[in-house]
Amino acid sequence: MKMITAIIKPFKLDDVRQAVADIGIQGITVTEVKGFGRQRGHTELYRGAEYVVDFLPKAKIELAVADELLEQVVEAIANTARTGKIGDGKIFVTDLLEAVRIRTGETGAEAV
Amino acid sequence: MNDVTQISAQVTELAYALDTFYFLVMGALVMWMAAGFTMLEAGMVRAKNTAEILTKNVGLYSIACIMYMLCGYSIMYPGAFEGGVFESLATIGSGMLSSSDNTRAAVIASGGETYYSNLSDFFFQVVFVATAMSIVSGAVAERMKLWSFFLFTVLLTGFIYPVQGFWKWGGGFLQQAGFLDFAGSGVVHLCGAAAALAGVLLLGARKGKYGKDGQINAIPGCNLPLATLGTLILWLGWFGFNGGSELKVSDVGEANSVSLVFVNTNMAAAGGLVFALLLSRFWFGKADLTMALNGALAGLVAITAEPLTPEPIQAVLIGGIGGLLVVASIVWLDKLRIDDPVGAISVHGIVGIWGLLAVCFTNAEATFGAQLLGIASIFGWVFFASLAVWFVLKKTVGIRVSEEEEYEGVDISECGLEAYPEFASAD
Repeated sequence: MKMITAIIKPFKLDDVRQAVADIGIQGITVTEVKGFGRQRGHTELYRGAEYVVDFLPKAKIELAVADELLEQVVEAIANTARTGKIGDGKIFVTDLLEAVRIRTGETGAEAV
Repeated sequence: MNDVTQISAQVTELAYALDTFYFLVMGALVMWMAAGFTMLEAGMVRAKNTAEILTKNVGLYSIACIMYMLCGYSIMYPGAFEGGVFESLATIGSGMLSSSDNTRAAVIASGGETYYSNLSDFFFQVVFVATAMSIVSGAVAERMKLWSFFLFTVLLTGFIYPVQGFWKWGGGFLQQAGFLDFAGSGVVHLCGAAAALAGVLLLGARKGKYGKDGQINAIPGCNLPLATLGTLILWLGWFGFNGGSELKVSDVGEANSVSLVFVNTNMAAAGGLVFALLLSRFWFGKADLTMALNGALAGLVAITAEPLTPEPIQAVLIGGIGGLLVVASIVWLDKLRIDDPVGAISVHGIVGIWGLLAVCFTNAEATFGAQLLGIASIFGWVFFASLAVWFVLKKTVGIRVSEEEEYEGVDISECGLEAYPEFASAD
């Protein structure tokens, strides 16, 4: 099993959710985060004083997937979340040691 | 009595009732300005300091009402006094407000000279002192101890404000010198700003506001919709503030005057907003909402000294110049490292002075000399008396929260609760 963590532009969230649902993924966790990579912040103005906003709002999504679906899901996320402009985000894949469905107690591939 | 006398008595009674009603309704509008200040300030501070500023505003309004009733009103309006500078302080201890009022017989016998209820006059006046005090709360926001602020409130509303109010509206030396201040650009707004400035100088700036090489850091307000709502509430309440200060509505002349005052008040606010917005656009490149809001208030403060004699187009300009001044003043005070989170000193002090001087342009009875005397007396008395009080408070109970309390937010340290407990704060 693998854990996919993707940082994407917030307005792409619905498209990505739809795309992974089409593959058959039934669960996803979303967090609102702030951050930057090589995309710089921007300057704002408040009562005559300039200030730089370094951190930009992003959406972080996490999904646990079976190994067989990994490549498909990563490709789906990348293709849907891409705008071609700076700040599109990143996808990280990590090994998932265990998964448990709390209601039934199922573990492993059945829980994902 | 015969028919004519009877009808005449009834007309006198009706005029009394109408003018009393007018005081009460205009006073209620000015009371509503307390909501305006509260919302404006709540919107301009950070989320972690919101509950404290709300508490401060409702608290100061209540304390002001009580102190003014106990002694402030009689210090300000002692009745038959000679007009000596601090003479009316002698009424302390004996001047508490009572419920006694004019009798019908006395009103009719006066032939209309006594034309309003005494209690309606108190009600109208008490909301003005609350307004003056609430000017201070914004300037000292986010770093002052709540109870030190309340202690100061007791002294400003019970003594400092009434003394200078007496000098002008109570028949004291400023009135006699020909100083003109229709609704309180000086007595209320400059007074509040002077007290605020004294407090801010002893309090110091918020941590992180000013950097090492003259750097000025923005600390954005957490809720601009509230700030805007607050400004519009103040705008509405100001019709009571200026309109009620005409003090009478029950004949054609007075009704017309009141109408002109309402119109000019509105025009000045509009002029202030537009000019401030334009200046913000040309100077900073953007339409800064908070400057526009301060501009509207500046327009209102500017016209408050004399909303009756200008033509409406002049009111636009008087307010407009106020709008320009307030934007410049806000930036200038930051350069002087005087930290005023809501611009109170600029709106009420700098523009209050402009409003008092502008009287000379439209009112032939005004003189620069008398206006300057008023400005100097009010500012001098309130600033130094306030400075003394703030200083004593600073040395005894302290006026500033600790650095850690300031970092965590005064909601926690002063109120023990949060205004927005479900939202994680950004800093």
